[in-house]
Amino acid sequence: MSPRPERWLYPTPAGLYCEPGDFHVDPVRRADRAVITHGHSDHARPGHDHVLATAPTLAIMRARLGEAAGGSLQPLGYGETLSIGEVAVRLVPAGHVLGSAQAVLEYRGSRIVVSGDYKRRFDATCAGFEPVPCDVFITEATFGLPVFRHPPDGHEIGRLLKSLGLFPERCHVVGVYALGKCQRVLTLLRAAGYDAPVYLHGALATMCDLYRAQGVELGPVLPALGVERAELQGRIVLAPPSAMTDRWSRRLPDPLVAMASGWMSVKQRAKQRGVELPLVISDHADWDELLRTFADVGAPEIWVTHGREEALVHQATRLGYRARALSLVGFEEEGDVGGERMEA
Amino acid sequence: MIRFAELLDALLFTPSRNGKLRLMVDYFRHTPDPERGWALAALTGVLSFRGAKPAQIRALVAERVDAELFAWSYDFVGDLAETVSLIWPARPGANRVPDLTEIVAGLTEATRGSVGRLIEAWLDALDATGRWALLKLVTGGLRIGVSARLAKTALAEFGSVPVEDVEEVWHGLEPPFLDLFLWLDGKGPRPEIGDRPSFVPLMLANPLEAEDLERLDPAAYLAEWKWDGIRVQLVGRGGQHRIFSRTGDDVGPAFPDIIEVLPPDVVLDGELLVMRDDGIAPFNDLQQRLNRKIVTPRLLRDYPAWVRLYDILFLAGEDLRPLPLTERRRRLEAWYTAEPRHRLDLSPLIPFTGWDELGELRDGARERSIEGLMLKRADSPYLAGRPKGPWFKWKRGALTLDTVLMYAQRGHGKRSSFYSDFTFGAWRGTELVPVGKAYFGFTDAELLLLDKWVRDNTTKRFGPVREVTPGLVLEVAFDSVHRSTRHKSGLAMRFPRVHRIRWDKPPTEADTVETLEKLMVE
Repeated sequence: MSPRPERWLYPTPAGLYCEPGDFHVDPVRRADRAVITHGHSDHARPGHDHVLATAPTLAIMRARLGEAAGGSLQPLGYGETLSIGEVAVRLVPAGHVLGSAQAVLEYRGSRIVVSGDYKRRFDATCAGFEPVPCDVFITEATFGLPVFRHPPDGHEIGRLLKSLGLFPERCHVVGVYALGKCQRVLTLLRAAGYDAPVYLHGALATMCDLYRAQGVELGPVLPALGVERAELQGRIVLAPPSAMTDRWSRRLPDPLVAMASGWMSVKQRAKQRGVELPLVISDHADWDELLRTFADVGAPEIWVTHGREEALVHQATRLGYRARALSLVGFEEEGDVGGERMEA
Repeated sequence: MIRFAELLDALLFTPSRNGKLRLMVDYFRHTPDPERGWALAALTGVLSFRGAKPAQIRALVAERVDAELFAWSYDFVGDLAETVSLIWPARPGANRVPDLTEIVAGLTEATRGSVGRLIEAWLDALDATGRWALLKLVTGGLRIGVSARLAKTALAEFGSVPVEDVEEVWHGLEPPFLDLFLWLDGKGPRPEIGDRPSFVPLMLANPLEAEDLERLDPAAYLAEWKWDGIRVQLVGRGGQHRIFSRTGDDVGPAFPDIIEVLPPDVVLDGELLVMRDDGIAPFNDLQQRLNRKIVTPRLLRDYPAWVRLYDILFLAGEDLRPLPLTERRRRLEAWYTAEPRHRLDLSPLIPFTGWDELGELRDGARERSIEGLMLKRADSPYLAGRPKGPWFKWKRGALTLDTVLMYAQRGHGKRSSFYSDFTFGAWRGTELVPVGKAYFGFTDAELLLLDKWVRDNTTKRFGPVREVTPGLVLEVAFDSVHRSTRHKSGLAMRFPRVHRIRWDKPPTEADTVETLEKLMVE
């Protein structure tokens, strides 16, 4: 008989710990051995002795953390299996950002999928989510409320382009998270036929270079720094959310502030932020995608990590899953504005 | 409906007036009749149909969504219409997307029993933004920061006609405004008003600058008190009566006590006040009467309305506007002498010989009901808009107080990277108590300095708000100060603005709450 899942994988103060393999997944404290699902800094923290992740994730960690990325960095390709002690570890695309992976862990016939952050819709910048049948599916719950139903990405990009047509003298500055959202918005713009140069805040350059080096086509991008004010009229500028209300934005001609985030569906919140054009573009599964994923992986048991756990546990239970919240801490820090994860 | 919903959504998020205008003009240009006319009716608040109560909407959503999930969601979103629009479970292909015309027609014919099912079917057919717009529409109150006046300004811009022309025909028209759009499209004549009681665009005054007086001839001007009420136009025409605000909004329903005394066949210009036996009540009392949907007998008794008249525009079908002011005044006095009535009186003319004498009168008037003086050229015809020269308002000198900056909030639109909304306080013992908020009165260059000061002296941050060290004195100007239960200081300023930034003054030397209390006119 297979071991009970909670006996071999459980939360500890350092994060989710796999006892028979003696490693953590996305540990929030320094760990000897860490399996990292993706490069966002609340998942990929500095200072672990041994790091196992996909090659793009390791590249992202090196770019962001330098030496602190880890003592030894070991790449594992999608679909490849590595044995750590008695545990077989496999990384499978999660569809969240470049290099993002679900960690599929198997121990004595019991299989748990730690999905990290994921989404189900198409994203030209990364491999799409692959459902893996399992005994326990560990899910995020960033948008774990039924009010979160992201509209089609193309519709939102269409709104940006329409605004550009109506306000051609205004610089459209779009708040994007540096890793993932930035590149996704670029590819969505290109898919919508927008082929003019897009101007980038300096903080976004590194990740864009890295994406391109990994073979993701972003079209013409230019640094916003040093460009004549007049030249930015009617242009799209991408910037990290923090820069939008900062003195940095004063160099832009009559900026129209847009923001690309799943949180933008709640109008009053977008308005409080001073956003003039909220674009609901998210790298996380919305409510329907979360529930569809549970059905796709066919797991009888769902563990819910960071986000709005209570509603998702409630709904999963109503749908007949054995569901519970895993209280993991430390997943809401970077890019956090007013209690919301801005990379969302 | 999709276009209308997108318009409302964009208007909600667009802070600037010009941006809102452009969105509306674009909408009027690209939306066919009668849809755009119904949208205009919604924007200007003249739609009337059976709406729905929030409880009905809650009942509908309760049939579709688990109660606990709804409760968590409502708690997170904080607004009923928005929560329902987001949480409503889609039924793809359930129904054809309704247009606004259909929705208005449906609601107009609906009975109390049928309106719920009707709304439910529309919710099924619309997307989240469409559902949000629908729910705003049926529960009343769009609250998207667009006044009827702004919508009319957009119409004027769309049709390239003066906004006064739109206002003049406006109250003779009915949704969906086909003849109005025909005119604005350049395909038809300006609509005839007939003998419906319509708004006559007002003549407005310019503020008097100090240097103006030197070149004005006192003998050419008449002077009146500037009353601290709201400007209204009283219209009797075709057996009907209306009271219009300065911007052409029909405020009559809130003032049945005035409507009932209005004479037929006359258009009058005057000041709406609350008047008791002991004279004109404070402006705050008048505010109790504004924007009321239901006017109780008690409200009528406790806050009796009054109109003090100063001009006459039409009498018995005759347009008096081309006549000089002295002649209109003569007609007004003659008419009032012949038909005096309760709740109406005349604003007296103030005799004077020179500006110095008038200036002393102005400074001597400390009554709360007087804001200053009006100067009007004796020979001025009544012209729509704000022509420069014939009419001036000469406000009483502002009050000032040295206050200490306490909090600053980021502005909106062009000011979204600036801390531009300032909360300031006065001393009560060793404690600073907030006494008001101001977001203008400074130059752009001063704003840069203020913003920098705020960033350099922040002690705490709450979202867009920063608390600062009590280190900067703002000399604040305001028109008057009143009792208020809404503020910790128990006082509220009217029209506060930053008068001077006192970089030189130590905060300990700023004024006290007690000083402010003494400035209050009881």
